[in-house]
Formats: sequence, structure tokens, C-alpha cells
Amino acid sequence: MLSRRNPQLNRNGELVHLLSIEGLPRDVLTHILDTAGTFLSVNDREVKKVPLLRGKSVFNLFFENSTRTRTTFEIAAKRLSADVINLDIAKSSASKGESLLDTIANLSAMHADMFVVRHSESGAPYLIAQHCAPHVHVVNAGDGRHAHPTQGLLDMYTIRHFKKDFTKLSVAIVGDIVHSRVARSDIHALTTLGVPDIRAVGPKTLVPGDLQGMGVRVCHDMAEGIRGADVIIMLRLQNERMSGAMLPSAGEFFKNYGLTDDKLALAKPDAIVMHPGPINRGVEIDSAVADGAHSVILPQVTFGIAVRMAVMSIIAGNEP
Amino acid sequence: MKILIKNGRLIDPASGRDETGDVAIAAGRILTLGSVPADFQPNRVIDATGCVVAPGLVDLAARLREPGHEHEGMLESELNAAAAGGVTSLVCPPDTDPTLDEPGLVEMLKFRARKLSLCRLFPLGALTRGLSGQTLTEMAELTEAGCVGFSQAEVPITDTLVLQRALQYAATFNYTVWLRPQDAWLGKGVAASGAVATRLGLSGVPVAAETVALLTILELVRTTGARVHLCRLSSAAGVALLRAAKADGLPVTADVSINSLHLTDVDIGFFNPAMRLTPPLRQGRDRDALRAALADGTIDALVSDHTPVDEDAKTLPFGEAEPGATGLELLLSMALKWGSDSGLSLPATLARVTSDPVRVLGDALGSLASSAGKLVAGGVADLCVFDPAATWTVTPGALASQGKHTPFAFDATGMALPGRVRATLVAGTVAFEAAAR
Repeated sequence: MLSRRNPQLNRNGELVHLLSIEGLPRDVLTHILDTAGTFLSVNDREVKKVPLLRGKSVFNLFFENSTRTRTTFEIAAKRLSADVINLDIAKSSASKGESLLDTIANLSAMHADMFVVRHSESGAPYLIAQHCAPHVHVVNAGDGRHAHPTQGLLDMYTIRHFKKDFTKLSVAIVGDIVHSRVARSDIHALTTLGVPDIRAVGPKTLVPGDLQGMGVRVCHDMAEGIRGADVIIMLRLQNERMSGAMLPSAGEFFKNYGLTDDKLALAKPDAIVMHPGPINRGVEIDSAVADGAHSVILPQVTFGIAVRMAVMSIIAGNEP
Repeated sequence: MKILIKNGRLIDPASGRDETGDVAIAAGRILTLGSVPADFQPNRVIDATGCVVAPGLVDLAARLREPGHEHEGMLESELNAAAAGGVTSLVCPPDTDPTLDEPGLVEMLKFRARKLSLCRLFPLGALTRGLSGQTLTEMAELTEAGCVGFSQAEVPITDTLVLQRALQYAATFNYTVWLRPQDAWLGKGVAASGAVATRLGLSGVPVAAETVALLTILELVRTTGARVHLCRLSSAAGVALLRAAKADGLPVTADVSINSLHLTDVDIGFFNPAMRLTPPLRQGRDRDALRAALADGTIDALVSDHTPVDEDAKTLPFGEAEPGATGLELLLSMALKWGSDSGLSLPATLARVTSDPVRVLGDALGSLASSAGKLVAGGVADLCVFDPAATWTVTPGALASQGKHTPFAFDATGMALPGRVRATLVAGTVAFEAAAR
């Protein structure tokens, strides 16, 4: 029954890959967040390095372009003293016709210890984890619409930092949920950590009713969706979805679902506003909100480095 | 060559015969059933003690991959797989490369299959040239070359006017049109819409992809009078439409694949590419409706939907992996498992893979129509001898098919399968015989 076993955990229940938040026990998530807390101070030191991954080679395999996420993984790995190799595969081997697994086999022959993978197809990191050498670890840095677990974890770190207790929160996730790997990872993490009220907010083209199966309440009305919320997570609307059969225009989307100060007033007075970035000002979020007192968008980025350091050190088995 | 099959449980689903006895075979035909003439001198005796002697299986959907996809399957490897699975007649869709839209290609396939004498081959001709959905093929020529019907394989006709004309034209000459009901636009996803696809972030194929296409096809059947065979239904809603159409007396038949009969989208697990199939695996209630419809005869036949896929095309992320699974060697066991799960008798179970598919083929089989899929004295000796009590587990490497990918591999499902083929006879000659136990 090999293929039914959760491929992220070894037989002792230890995390060896981070592929998805789904199926991870609460104590594993809490342990990652706690570990990230200890790394946060490293980022404030004069010498921002710890030797936990010294001598290890971390390959950033980005089959889909992303400067920001790749950079945060690179910084995290370097602060753990790993050697980091960035491969922009979208521009190299894949375009020469090399298969995904051939690419992995070649890089494994260069003695990689960890692959940080971004791919446009849901599930691609699972395929890599199933076919790489046993000592190699895989971190999913975003696969198709499926998962972006480190983003989910840094979002949880941010929520815990500002709200302390997950078990009394109302969290609204707003926007293009059907195409969002961030939303899926957030939902799995929030349900695992015991958040009782999670709402998925957006039009029916972007928020399918099936989402209820993941433990969320589906709201097509923005006011209903964010009323009384402690946390509002706005999602990026991809350019290609802004006009066409999904949505008539970015302007109409903003009118209905864009977060403005007026709409934010419906949430709790101490609500925080999050966004995985990069933000589209005036599409999903108004500048006044993005730069306002409720926004924790920039702390998210800072916490992201610490969370990625925690994930990499834990799956490599070299914890602080 | 004279063969005597001794002491088997003779099951003929068409007549309801179910008794222990012998079968005498001579000159490619069944000489007698039950008792054997005293003067019969067989060249060979097959001891069928403890085994069922049934008509050879008739599979209405098996891809052999030739011509054009020889890296995925060859006529010889796939017809050997058919023989190993007890399949003595199979229908292959026209989605080869080039497509089966020229009589010469069909004649070549038939000729080569006949030379191998492992399984009878009945090709479907392309309904439109190159399956492009624009120009009708020369259906009369193709029928003369051996086509038993016309199909678009996995390529839906998007232009409804062309579909209407294709049905009108086929109806003129009583040709059957085989269509898999799937809307071209709604059908673009990689997994069935639902909680699993949503959770895994896989693009969905809604049930409406099937029902929208079915409603169009059924309405055109009503207006043109064409006879249509609906291939590989996948949803409970599709079954309901089929049931209503049959109640209305429309000339339609249908089949379901072994995959949709036994699996659901939950079996995708952690993106297992072996579960990448067309039509996509749907939910439990769809599977239950398909099983019930096959049991009550609303769905006429069970098919393997055999589609060998090579390793390179399968070891890809789920959405990029080529759809399809090997199936010829699993058809009998999957039928038996469904039958016993559903509390059906062995004859009733076997009907869906023998006499019922022959009924679907109808006159297109010509002189074979009276005896293929049946045990008839004087009829063709196409037989499957199997041990109903034996169980086995699927080890992909041990399959005869060049396609090794199956959702029923033991390491994925942990499923033990009932029934093992001991011998397959096609036109009175042994096409397959299991190694001695």
C-alpha cells in the first residue's frame, strides 16, 4: 500500500518532505511554528547565519518563474549555511525536452541534499519525492493549484503572532480561491490548528461549492464574508483571470470583492489584513488598506524567511 | 485439429445453460456440448475439472496502438494480452495514427490480426476524416473493409450540424455510431469535478460534460433514427438519461469501463498517475449507479477500455500524464468481482462480457452474430476456460500487454482479484494456455 501512505512522513512519523499541509498532525505544524520563532532572532543578528545545513546543497528548482519565493528560500537556506544552487528550469532543460524525472536524476547525481520545487502542475513535487534518492528532501514551493505549504505556514505564524489563539478566530479568505494553492494550504492549516470559522469569499466562478468539503463556509457576498472576521486573507487575482469567462473585468471585481476601508469596517476592529503578494493595488485591495494600520503584509514576508529556515532544518533532521 | 474439453462447468449466458460436461471441438467449431460422440478422437484433451467453460469474452473497447503508437503497444503484444485475458473478440477504436479512415488501413489491421490468430479484431472506422469532426468518411467502403461501426474515439464533434449529418448518413445504411458523450469544452479538465479535484487542485470535468453531450446525442438520435452506442458512461446522471432514453424506445446501447465500475476519484490518492483515465473517475454514488445499471441491463456491456501507455507518458505529474490503463487481462476478473459484489449468478455476470456485447454489435458481425459470445453446437469455438475459485494479484511486470500501468496493481489497491484464465480458444485453436499449476 506504498502509494497510500502519506509520502511526507517516514515510518517514524517524522517529516522528511514538505509537500502539503494536508494530513500533517497539529503538533508537526506547531513544532514548525515554534522552531521558526527561534530563527526569527537570527535574522536580527549582525552575522545572520547558523550552521545547521553547513555542507548541504539546496537546489531551487523553479519550473515556473517566481523571483520572490525563490529569493526567500535562497535567503533561508543561506542563513542555515547551505550551498544554494538556483535553477531556472522554465528556461533551460524543460525547453530542451528533458523530462522532469531526468532532470531530477541528473541533479541527484550532483549530490543534491534538498530540492525546493515550484511547478505549474498540481502534484509534481509528489512525483519528485517518490523518485528521488532516500536521503534527498523535497520542499514544495508551490505546485499548480494544489499547495504552497510554506506560505500556509508563514500565514499561520503571522496569525499566531498577532492573534495568539487559533481556536476562537473567524478567518475570511477572499478572491480567486479555485486557482489558489495558497488558499488550499491556508485552509488545511487553519482547520488543523482548530480555527472554528473559515469563510471562502468570492464569485461562483472563483469559489466553487465543493470547497465546503475542505471545512469552510462558502460566501458569495463580500459583506457577509468579512463581517466580524479577525483575519482577512486577500488573494492575488492573476492577470489572465481579470477579464474573460471567469470575470468581466478587474474593475467589477474590485467593486464587489476588493478590500476597501469601508468594507474593512465590517470586520472586527482589531482585524488583520494579509496577502501572499505580490499585491494588485486597486484590484483586490485598496492602497489605503494595504498600507494601513490593519495590514500585516510586510511582517508576513519577514516571518516567511524564519518559517522556511524552520522547514528546511526540520526535514533535514538538523534542528536547532 | 480436434480438441476435447473435459469435465468443465459449461456456462452459456445466452441460453442459461449451466451444467457440467464436455465440449468436443473440430474444424474450428463446437461439435457437441455436454456429451461427446463415442467415435470422437481428439488430438488434444484439456481437463477443465473445477473450471468454467464459457464463451470467449467480447470486449467492445480495446486500443491496440497500431498503427502509430507502437512504442505503447503492438498488435502482437496486445492480442496476446487479449488471449491471456480470455478475450476472443475485440473492438478497437479508430484513434490510431493515422486514424482508421481509409479502407486500406482497416484491411491491413484485419489481415495482420488474422495471421496472428490470437483474437478476432473488429475495428471501428473513423466517423469523420482524421477524426477532425468536419468531413464524413467513406462509410460503405470502410464497412466493406471490415469496420463494425463508426466512432470519434475521444474526439468529440464540436459542430452539432456535422454530428446531425453524420447520424443521418449512418442511419441511411444502418451503421451504428459509437460516441463517448463528452462536451469538448466542459471536458477539458483532468479529474472529475468534486471534492477530491478541488482539494488536490486538479482541473475538473463536471458531470455536465457528459450530460450536455448525452442530451445533444439523444435528441439527434430521436430526430435522425440513427443507432448509437454510447461508450463508457461515467456518471449517475448519465445513467438516468440513458435509462429514460431506453424507456422511450430510442435505439441506443451503452457500455461502462472496468475502471469506472470499480474505482472512484478518492483512489487518485496522492496524485497516482495510474488513476489518470478518460472518462475521469467520479464519485461513489456515480460508481454505485453504474454498477446497478450494468446489473439491471440499462448498461449493456462491460469493457476493458484497454489503453496501453508507455512509462515515459505516465511518469509525469498527474495532469500531464497520458490517460489510460491496461485492461484486457483484467476484464474477466473485474466482471467476476462486480458480479459477486452485486450478488449476481455467474451466467448473468458473464452475459455482460459475452452475449450482451455481441447483441450490441448485432448484424455488423455478419455470420458470427449467431454464435460469437455464445456456446452453440455448430457455432464457432471461441472459448474461455477459467478457474472461478482462483484469486490473483496484479503484478504489472507480469502482464502480457506492453502497457504496464493499471489502477488495479496490488501495491496501489491491495485488491485480490477473483478468477484466472486457464485456456483461451479462438476458432478452435488454443490462443493461450496458462502454465501448469
